[in-house]
Amino acid sequence: MSNLKLIIKREFIARVRNRTFIVMTFLSPLIFVGMISLIAWLTTLNNDEIHKVAFFDETGLFTFDFKDSDEIDYIDYSRLPLNDAKDSVVIKQLDGLLYIPKKNTNKELATSIQFYADESPNISILNKIEKIIGNKLTNQNFTEKGLDLSMIEKAKAKVNIQIENFSGEKTSKMSSYVKMVFGGAAGYFLMMFIIIYGNMVMRSVIEEKSNRIIEIIISSVKPIQLMMGKILGTSFAGILQFLVWVILGGVLLTIATSVFGIDPQPVGMDESLALQEGNHEEIQLLLQDILKLPLGTLIFSFFIYFIGGYFLYSSIYAAIGAAVDSETDSQQFMLPIILPLMLGIYVGFFSVIENPHGTVSTVFSMIPLTSPIVMLMRIPFGVPWWEVLISIFLLIGSIIFIIWLAGKIYRVGILMYGKKPSYKELFKWIKY
Amino acid sequence: MTNLLEVRQATKRFGTFTALEDVSIQVPKGSIFGLLGPNGAGKTTLIRIINQITLPDEGSVYLDNELLNPKHIKDIGYLPEERGLYKSMKVGEQALYLAQLKGLSKTEAKERLKFWFDKFEITHWWNKKIQELSKGMAQKVQFIVTILHRPKLLIFDEPFSGFDPINANVIKDEILQLRDEGATVIFSTHRMESVEELCDHIALINKSKKILEGEVSEIKRTYKSNTFEVGLLTDDHDKIYNNLKEKFTVTPADFKVIDDQLKMKITLDNNASSNDLLRYLSERGQVMRFNEVIPGVNEIFIKTITENE
Repeated sequence: MSNLKLIIKREFIARVRNRTFIVMTFLSPLIFVGMISLIAWLTTLNNDEIHKVAFFDETGLFTFDFKDSDEIDYIDYSRLPLNDAKDSVVIKQLDGLLYIPKKNTNKELATSIQFYADESPNISILNKIEKIIGNKLTNQNFTEKGLDLSMIEKAKAKVNIQIENFSGEKTSKMSSYVKMVFGGAAGYFLMMFIIIYGNMVMRSVIEEKSNRIIEIIISSVKPIQLMMGKILGTSFAGILQFLVWVILGGVLLTIATSVFGIDPQPVGMDESLALQEGNHEEIQLLLQDILKLPLGTLIFSFFIYFIGGYFLYSSIYAAIGAAVDSETDSQQFMLPIILPLMLGIYVGFFSVIENPHGTVSTVFSMIPLTSPIVMLMRIPFGVPWWEVLISIFLLIGSIIFIIWLAGKIYRVGILMYGKKPSYKELFKWIKY
Repeated sequence: MTNLLEVRQATKRFGTFTALEDVSIQVPKGSIFGLLGPNGAGKTTLIRIINQITLPDEGSVYLDNELLNPKHIKDIGYLPEERGLYKSMKVGEQALYLAQLKGLSKTEAKERLKFWFDKFEITHWWNKKIQELSKGMAQKVQFIVTILHRPKLLIFDEPFSGFDPINANVIKDEILQLRDEGATVIFSTHRMESVEELCDHIALINKSKKILEGEVSEIKRTYKSNTFEVGLLTDDHDKIYNNLKEKFTVTPADFKVIDDQLKMKITLDNNASSNDLLRYLSERGQVMRFNEVIPGVNEIFIKTITENE
């Protein structure tokens, strides 16, 4: 077996056997699913709560319009004197009292309705009440003008714009959303992977240094071999961990959904999806959209940028690990890693989503330190192949350069003990 | 005798600091070669050059008359001064891993490890983690790993540090046996008594330059000053002492005796014979002690370095 393979194997086994690693691998999906379930449960708990609202209607118009719903029970206090009504709302701890005064015109009435409550009322309740009153008054206005309500209902036009590209393929309105999700997820995933496993590479370099085994090892293998073996071994462990997370998380989520009857979908998304509900064509289009994403390019470039980005950053992590004696000393060198990663994510989530082909997005998808994240986010929106090519070439070029640079620092650093080096000294090491 | 290792005019600089300047050494095959020098003299840099951990800026290294190259890695076994093992890895796995890195196949490594673990009676450590072992125990494992691939050249940097006297002796015997089996040993240490005991050749490095090299006996011959330590049983200490002083260079000496001897060191001129001195002494008293003062490596070490300051 070649030395590189041996090192990769050892690093992989060392990572995988580590107790923290094992615990994190199996605990993380549990915590993750647990959190989601908890949030979902808390949301449903909130939804189950029935609000009690009293109304005092001087006009007598709405008596039959406030019907009890899943969310709100209405209590008619119109027969009581207003002050008594207020008191009993307080005593019975109802959510509030809706006061509808008698006015001459509907227009006046619309602006003079009041809601009495100690605590500021739930927005969605107010929206519902406003909707009921609004509908009633609008209809009344129509009738007063002698319009037939059923005719109006018939006359309403429902518009649904169909989006098609120039080659005649239909896409759904969700298309941009889908692209955003795919790109964002890929970029975010890459960033997390780099931070988690880059740190792991760094820690393992520091461990070898502080164990003082390093000199024994590099009398047998080249330092660059050791560094690459470390990066590769750790990344395999990382991929394994991610796979376990995805599979275990998926299984647990399914179990949680079916056992507790919890809908894990965030509430916000529920409503936007609700628009599509029942509309089979839309859902089909959505699926088509996903299939129509440049999936081949997407997967291919994901691998390129994932591997490229990871190698780029983890070799910097390895160099940092070699330069310092302990993890606490590594903080001062973290900036060159965290800054471009954060920049990539921010550019991705603000600039790319706003305008995937704007100058900012294009430039940042070329700069090697940010390109893996930004380009991954851009690709679902369709990027000309030559742009991708330039970006990949720049990335590969800088990977070679950075690995060479990191290798130099690593080679010198692993044998240096004692003082904390400065950036100036690191620069000197490169020239040794 | 042919040389196994030749370092020719090696120079290594780190920035403006010169760690090694124009150093050449010749290590004869089958010798135990002591590499001596004060702290920071450049020994470790030289050893790292031989191990191909660092490359010299100038100069070259030859192993077995061949320019040093990556395939020589398996011909060298190196026990560095800064040594350790993976704390959370099991002893056996770790030894296997390190042996495989030196090019041994897994089965072969296992076989040889078994032999050495049996020999050192540490077979029961195989599944223990390094962090459960004491420092001395870990050193034993390191020693085994260093010699396991049967290298032609063994380099030990302070091999006895961390060992108790009994285990240090075990290791010393092993080193001697390896030498007898044909290995060449480079031995870097500050413990002069072990140099005295083991080394047949030495090189002395100070302030990144080599200041002395050669066979130990040869060096001692050049450094001896024709001085004899004398113990004489006589009645009249003062008179004899003063008489001797007129003829030779005499200095008082100190060694342990059980009776009242006249103790002194007598240095002869180059042409004077020790027999004449002995005859002279025997006429004046009973000679209890008469031996040549041979400088120890320690003295030579200190003397050369202070002379070079």
